[in-house]
Amino acid sequence: MIEIRFHGRGGQGTVVASKILADALAKEGNYVQAYPEFGVERRGAPVFAFIRVDNKPIYDKSRIYTPDHVVVVDPTLVEAIDITDGLKDGGYIIINSPKKPEEFKFPDKFRVFTIDATDIAVRHQLGTLAAPIVNTAIVGAVVKILKLTKLESLIEAIREGVPLKQEENVQAAIEAYEKA
Amino acid sequence: MKKVIMGNHALSYGAMLSRTQVIAAYPITPQTQVVELLSEMCADGTLDAKFIKVESEHSAMAACLGASMAGARTFTATSAQGLALMHEMLHWASGGRMPVVLGDINRAMAPGWSIWTDQNDSLSQRDTGWIQFYCSSNQEVLDTVIQAYKVSEKLMIPSMVILDAFALSHTYEVVEIPEQEKVDAYLPPFNPPYRLTPDDPHAFGGLTAPDHYLELRYKLQKDMEKVPALVEETGREYEKMFGRYLGQVDDYLCDGAELVFVTSGTAGLTARVVVDELRAQGIKAGNLRIKLFRPFPFEQVRSILSRIPKVAVLDRNISYGHHGVFYQEVKSAMYGLPSQPAIFGFIAGLGGRDITRDSYKEIADYTLKHDRPEEEIVWIGVKQ
Repeated sequence: MIEIRFHGRGGQGTVVASKILADALAKEGNYVQAYPEFGVERRGAPVFAFIRVDNKPIYDKSRIYTPDHVVVVDPTLVEAIDITDGLKDGGYIIINSPKKPEEFKFPDKFRVFTIDATDIAVRHQLGTLAAPIVNTAIVGAVVKILKLTKLESLIEAIREGVPLKQEENVQAAIEAYEKA
Repeated sequence: MKKVIMGNHALSYGAMLSRTQVIAAYPITPQTQVVELLSEMCADGTLDAKFIKVESEHSAMAACLGASMAGARTFTATSAQGLALMHEMLHWASGGRMPVVLGDINRAMAPGWSIWTDQNDSLSQRDTGWIQFYCSSNQEVLDTVIQAYKVSEKLMIPSMVILDAFALSHTYEVVEIPEQEKVDAYLPPFNPPYRLTPDDPHAFGGLTAPDHYLELRYKLQKDMEKVPALVEETGREYEKMFGRYLGQVDDYLCDGAELVFVTSGTAGLTARVVVDELRAQGIKAGNLRIKLFRPFPFEQVRSILSRIPKVAVLDRNISYGHHGVFYQEVKSAMYGLPSQPAIFGFIAGLGGRDITRDSYKEIADYTLKHDRPEEEIVWIGVKQ
C-alpha cells in the first residue's frame, strides 16, 4: 500500500488533484481511497488531501498519519507548515516550484523533486497568473516520479474528470510528465 | 462499470438505480452532495423523478410520506440535527407503513457544533420503527440502498441506510455501478396494496381507538421480526445477480477466535486490519461487524459469539447514563445463554475523533488483560 498526502491552499484544486490521481489509478485495476481533510475548507488556507492505493481491497478507514510521500501544490507552504510531518524515511517530497530540489533544506532521509507546475499551467491558460490551476500539471509529474500509472491512464482520467479545458489540462499533464 | 465516487454519491446512484420517483430533501453538511447530484439527475433527465424543494427536514419527510402514500418510491437524505427535526415524521413513516428509504450521514449532535461523525443521530431514532443498516464502504452504501427498497417494500417498513460522515461521505472509493436492467430485474416497481388515489378513496393515519391501536403495533413488530430472514434472502439474491453478498453481519475470522471485536461503520473495516495484525502476533482475534442494527440480528450474533471467550464491543455512540448502544444490544442478545463470553464495552471516536489501528490495539490489550470489565464503559483516547 502507498499513502500520499497533498498540501495546497483552498481554491487551488488540491482535492481535485487527488481525485484525478485516484481515477487514473483505478483505471489500472488498483483499489484507491481518496479523501479531503475532514472539515471545512477556506480559500487560501492550507488544505490537505490524501490518497491510499493498493492492489488489494483497502480496509483501513482511519486517516493517514505517516504518508509514504508528500506533494506540495503550493510552494509557500514549505515555509508555513511542516510538510514532512509523519513522512516516512525515504519518502519523496514533490514540490511545485521553479527552484532546483537542492535549494530546499530537508533532512537527507527524504528525496526532493521539483516541477514548475505553475509555469506549465499558466502557459496552457489554466486559471489566471494570480490564481493558476496547477492540479493536472502536478499530477502529471507525480505519476512519473512515483511510477504510479501510465500517462495514458492519467490522460483518460483528466478527459473524463475535468469539467473545463480538458485538452489544455491534458497538455499540461503531458508536459509535466515529460519534464519531471 | 467501475467508477471512483464518494459515499454521498453512492447514495445518489443507489437511489437513481432504484428508479426513485420522488425525492424531497433539505441540505445539511455532510449530506448536501447526495441531493445535489440527485437534483442534477432530475434536471437533466437521467432520473425520471420529481424533486421537491422544501423548507426543512420535517417537511422533507412529510413530502416523502405523501408521495409514498400515493404509491411512489421515495428517497431522502439527511444528517444529525436534520434527522432529529424529522423525528415526528419518522414515526409517521413506520406507523403508517410507508417504505421510504432515507440516507443518513452519521454526524455528531450539537452542541458542541460538529459536522464530524458519530452514531448518536441515527441511534437516537432507534425506537421509531425504522430498519437501520450501517455501511462500511461506498460499494456497500450503493448496494444497500437497492436492497433496502426491496426489503422495505415487501414488509412496508421504512429503512435508513447509514454511513459515516467524511470517512465515507467525502471519501472516494472504487465502486462497481450495477447495470440498470439488472437492478430492474432485482427490484420490481413499487406496487403497494393500498394507495392514496381519487379513483379509490381511502383515509390514512386516522384516529385509532384503543380497540385497534395495539393490533397495529403488534403487526409492525411481527413484520419487523421478518426482516432478518428477508435481509438474508435478498442479500443472497443480490449476490447471485451482482456477486456481492449483503448480510446482517460481516463475520471475519470469528470461528475459534479467543477475542472478537464487535464493530460497525467504517471502524468495522479498520478492525479487520487489526485482526490480521493480531493474528500475525499469535493472538486469535476476529471481527463481527454489525450491518443490520434494527432489527438487531440476535440469532446470528448469538450463534457467532456464544463460543467466544472474550468479546470487545466498540461503540461510536453513547446512551447517556447507561453505556454504548451496541454494547447494550450485544449483552441483551447473550443474556440467559448457557455459555457466555466476557463482554467488554468501549467508547471511542465521538464527534469524529479518529478510530485507528492503535485504538483497537488498546482495546485488545485491555480485554486480554482482564477477566471481566472493571468498569461499565472503557473510554478510548479521552484527554485528561
